[in-house]
Amino acid sequence: MSAQPQSGRIGRRFAALAAEGRAALVTFTTAGDPDAATSLALLRGLPGAGADLIEIGMPFTDPMADGPAIQAASLRALAKGASLSSTLELVRAFRADDQDTPIILMGYYNPIYRFGVDRFLAEAAAVGVDGLIVVDLPPEEDDELCLPALAAGISFIRLATPTTDQARLPAVMRHASGFVYYVSIAGVTGTAAASDQAITAAVDQLRRHTDLPIAVGFGITTPERAAAVARVADAAVVGSAIVSRLAAALDDQGQARSGLVEDVLALVNQLAVGVRTARQ
Amino acid sequence: MQRNTYRAGPDERGHFGLHGGRFVAETLMPLILDVERAYAAARVDPTFERDLRYYLTHYVGRPSPLYYAARLTEALGGAKIYLKREELNHTGAHKINNCMGQILLARRMGKRRIIAETGAGQHGVATATVCALFNLPCTIYMGEVDIERQKPNVFRMRLLGAEVKPVTSGSRTLKDAMNEALRDWVTNVESTYYLIGTVAGPHPYPMMVRDFQAVIGQEVRDQLQDAEGRLPDSLVACIGGGSNAMGLFYPFLDDPSVAMVGVEAAGLGLSTSQHAASLAGGAPGVLHGNRTYLLQDGDGQILEGHSISAGLDYPGVGPEHAWLHDVGRVRYESATDDEALEAFKLCARTEGILPALEPAHALAHVIKAAPALPKDHLMVMGLSGRGDKDIFTVASALGVEM
Repeated sequence: MSAQPQSGRIGRRFAALAAEGRAALVTFTTAGDPDAATSLALLRGLPGAGADLIEIGMPFTDPMADGPAIQAASLRALAKGASLSSTLELVRAFRADDQDTPIILMGYYNPIYRFGVDRFLAEAAAVGVDGLIVVDLPPEEDDELCLPALAAGISFIRLATPTTDQARLPAVMRHASGFVYYVSIAGVTGTAAASDQAITAAVDQLRRHTDLPIAVGFGITTPERAAAVARVADAAVVGSAIVSRLAAALDDQGQARSGLVEDVLALVNQLAVGVRTARQ
Repeated sequence: MQRNTYRAGPDERGHFGLHGGRFVAETLMPLILDVERAYAAARVDPTFERDLRYYLTHYVGRPSPLYYAARLTEALGGAKIYLKREELNHTGAHKINNCMGQILLARRMGKRRIIAETGAGQHGVATATVCALFNLPCTIYMGEVDIERQKPNVFRMRLLGAEVKPVTSGSRTLKDAMNEALRDWVTNVESTYYLIGTVAGPHPYPMMVRDFQAVIGQEVRDQLQDAEGRLPDSLVACIGGGSNAMGLFYPFLDDPSVAMVGVEAAGLGLSTSQHAASLAGGAPGVLHGNRTYLLQDGDGQILEGHSISAGLDYPGVGPEHAWLHDVGRVRYESATDDEALEAFKLCARTEGILPALEPAHALAHVIKAAPALPKDHLMVMGLSGRGDKDIFTVASALGVEM
């Protein structure tokens, strides 16, 4: 089943890729990691390196669903003074040069709740945020942010997981928009990987419940793994591997070494090649 | 919620007013719903009630005494003070009331592995104990900082067969232990039961833990009736997450003559950043599955709580307390590290009881409040745990080398 045409950058991007006959590479980096300037330079380089959609992590002190790599990224950013406001500023700066690449903010609810949901949605829409992934807001809490986000014209990306059974899927899909993110393992980010067989079966099951594009993430660390996912899903999401590459390019004080941005973008380019050649 | 009762909460979505809820990752949500269904079935099942009663009586040693503290009363010269002796339970604190309930639930659910978080180590010890009793493997997450200041409890847990995993992320205390336990749960979701130790976390945990701890208040009601022929005039309990306070308060919430005071940890003082009083110094936010008052900065980043007591330095508070604070049914006060230490010493010398540093905070409030009250004022304080675990901390605070 192909994705239905959708309005907005996310819909246009997936429609264009469907026409090309290939899947998307979705990259994740944390806003303000390792510092504001490097983070922006990295973001600006991502589309050229082959990122089709960009997830930006909103730093949080207590990232319960993340493994060590992304936990550390959050703490590095916070130590440099990152905040939800600075994350929105980062998106604004990125949008000055790029009107097309979809931006999805990913994180936890408390910073948004503290900022104020209405104020956050208004500013996010104004700076050019296209979607939100908020890990600790399941469908049971849709009134909090999902429904207000939809009303503000921002997609609220649903997470489906190996524990989301058939009985629950309709509830999970009810207010789905943008795309559906399949979390391919029961676990935290950057740890284990699912088998091709398990991913294929899960994507097939999801397609019976939605016409939205399906992205698969968690445990995708190499161009080969990204390619394998790109053969069955509409997008492969890579986070911890990119963040770990960034961390490897920091000095002992946690400062960016020269060449960090090029180093990380080289990995993104390899991942993009994997995704782009997957179905050839 | 009905207007004429304070005991009807939470609603079907787990809300106590603004607070509570189920703010968890989708991976956990089906499991949370399983726990909710299993608990709903268990709480109306006479065999569950019978089994729980059996173990509480013959293993935990309930009912715990309600003891008239004559010398303390005399020393303070006001209200008549009763101590609810939860420190006499097996394992030395109220925590086992909840652990016994939840371990029986986990067994009903066919779970094969137990995980828990612990701060002071009392909940970890109680969890390790019931896991030994029922032969279930058990992993306890504990912050590195807490491991250092609660060594006796770490050794106890290991003797009981538990694996104690040091948590090195974040501030390396209770909140980080809870993060790590949630990460374990999300990874081992099918086999594992997460035995939360306080009235916090996603629904149904705050309600369930409250129900298992409500035995404290129910016994006080009966015991004081026997001793004095009437209801207490006031109840005092310390608040970290708030499980012993919730257990003491809940059966009395609809008795308007009963005043209730929850005592938060003021650490080095509420005017400093070094305290753990989330109701006095926090703001509503979302963490660890529920909305409640949290110590946080203007960006919604969670701050580290501080208290001399490892059991109170959590930056949040149970959502039902948050609601009782909002509606004004319970008054929340605080006591500093120094006040708790003074109370610790007074209790030791007047009653021959070393209280844990957690209830020493409650006692610090009793010391402030009791002298001004009439002699026929009946005040019940929750003595939630014993102080053996804290002697190293107390020695260090008093400048004594051990």
